[in-house]
Amino acid sequence: MALRKFFDDMSPNFEKGGKYEKYYAIFEMVETFCYTPKTVTTVAPHARDYVDTKRIMTYVVLSTFPALLFGLYNTGLQTNLALDSLNMSGVSGFRGWLLNLIGYDYQVSSYLGNMLLGLTYWLPIYITTLLIGGMAEVVFAVVRGHEVTEGFLVTSMLFSLTMPATIPLWQVALGISFGVILGKEVFGGQGKNFMNPALVGRSFLYFAYPVQISGDSVWVGVDGFSGATALNLGARGGVEMIEKAGITLQDSFIGTIPGSMGESSTLAILIGLAFLLFTRIANYRMVLGCVIGMITTVTLLNAIGSETNPMFNLPWYWHFVIGGYAFGLVFMVTEPISGSWTNKGRWIYGLLIGFMVVLIRVVNPAFPEGMMLAILFGNIFAPLIDYFVVQQNYKRRIKRDV
Amino acid sequence: MEQYLSLFVKAIFVENMALAFFLGMCTFLAVSKKIETAIGLGIAVIFIEMITVPANNLIYQYFLNVDALSWAGIYGTDLRFLGYISYIGVIAAIVQILEMILDKFLPVLYNALGIFLPLITVNCAILGASLFMVERDYNFTQSVVYGAGAGAGWALAIIAIAGIRDKLKYSDIPDGLQGLGIAFITTGLMALGFMSFSGIKL
Repeated sequence: MALRKFFDDMSPNFEKGGKYEKYYAIFEMVETFCYTPKTVTTVAPHARDYVDTKRIMTYVVLSTFPALLFGLYNTGLQTNLALDSLNMSGVSGFRGWLLNLIGYDYQVSSYLGNMLLGLTYWLPIYITTLLIGGMAEVVFAVVRGHEVTEGFLVTSMLFSLTMPATIPLWQVALGISFGVILGKEVFGGQGKNFMNPALVGRSFLYFAYPVQISGDSVWVGVDGFSGATALNLGARGGVEMIEKAGITLQDSFIGTIPGSMGESSTLAILIGLAFLLFTRIANYRMVLGCVIGMITTVTLLNAIGSETNPMFNLPWYWHFVIGGYAFGLVFMVTEPISGSWTNKGRWIYGLLIGFMVVLIRVVNPAFPEGMMLAILFGNIFAPLIDYFVVQQNYKRRIKRDV
Repeated sequence: MEQYLSLFVKAIFVENMALAFFLGMCTFLAVSKKIETAIGLGIAVIFIEMITVPANNLIYQYFLNVDALSWAGIYGTDLRFLGYISYIGVIAAIVQILEMILDKFLPVLYNALGIFLPLITVNCAILGASLFMVERDYNFTQSVVYGAGAGAGWALAIIAIAGIRDKLKYSDIPDGLQGLGIAFITTGLMALGFMSFSGIKL
């Protein structure tokens, strides 16, 4: 256990009174990344459980892996398909050079080739997110003396998966800094924020640079290739228009359609959901509430109908598979911190988001996608929902006692 | 009927007084520490908006607008330059009268609203609603509906921020940002969430 010994030798320098006392947060981060924390509670009450924040966060990161792996493949596939349609024979720039080096340049039929090409898109974005966001996190941790938590791994993973492949890296840096600093750190770090930091960062980019990220035309990393996203097609001509563009229900379920890097495959995301529900990290009330809210609202709007707005007639299973609905449902709605904290409140919170997402997609012509804004809207009202649930509980108990 | 409904919804969500126009910020930030008081203030604002906007509408239509005095047989008048002073005067007077009436006949409500009633006189969300009413040329019924909607939107926003600030009691905010600083940041983030309505055409 040389590493353990190394940490033990180092730790006096970083503890109170040591030479590098100030940088304890960084030391602690590296140490707890490698080993289980040694700290134990000294004062009662003691709760014995194998699940701690660290494990929860690690599980969430693990649950994004199916979506991530499929996202890599799909990003590469979409790029290669676009190249094909434009009769180009390879990716330009450093990506082409890199792939050429290992012999996987332009292979549309090769799974590995597509995945490696996708990796050249996702990895720079992820590294930027980790570096810049991590820097903000570490600076705050050192200055304010709190710990660097695994929560940032989740935030950075989710943030990078909601990014389109074509986004410039400086925007990624700007977005994640905004999300980490103003969405989380000014409130005191993980567990103290009221909005999802990844979504705060993304929505900042959404309103600041709508050209790159608003989602009305597709994000495929090939110059000169353009097309409309499924949601935009739906807004223009309903199901017929989507299908005419060659996007079938099955395609969007499996995920071989263009979109943000991690959100295109509903199937892969649902595998992640099953994992989160099985380990009981995601609360089923929020998920069910959000699904029921979405289906009810869509059914209602289907019944009302509209001659001018074809989005009114889009059935719920289409809403489920296209855009970021599934991704938001599984990884953002279920986030325990920014959602409601009471069980009854969780149902209402889910229903509210399900209702809002359909409303924004269907009724608001300005935004093709609604999941991100619907969740932020839900975050705003989550504490209020809790308050009313608790008040109701007070009243019931007072009545029972009298 | 549908026209009024869409005006009402628009005033609450799309053109939210606090989170889309950032009006009434002083009370919005100062009186949003507790949910109970925020609810009280919210109700007071709805109430006052529903009375002052229509009242100012009548003043505008029958006194200030071009040729508004034609009912008295006077033509060629244009008293619109008196707009601001008339509206704020009307608001102050109505709030005063309302306070006295409530004190006399509904002491329970009077005590519940407490300091908020006089405070509302100088709330820019109230004057703002009257000015929007003039600018958009609402008729009397429209101004009643708009007043109610604008008030309800503002009330919704202040109750929501009170809920969030209640939750933020458990957070660890840097010294320099405590109190008003974090309230400003919270308002900004809330406005980001309310952007989901911007662009809806009703």
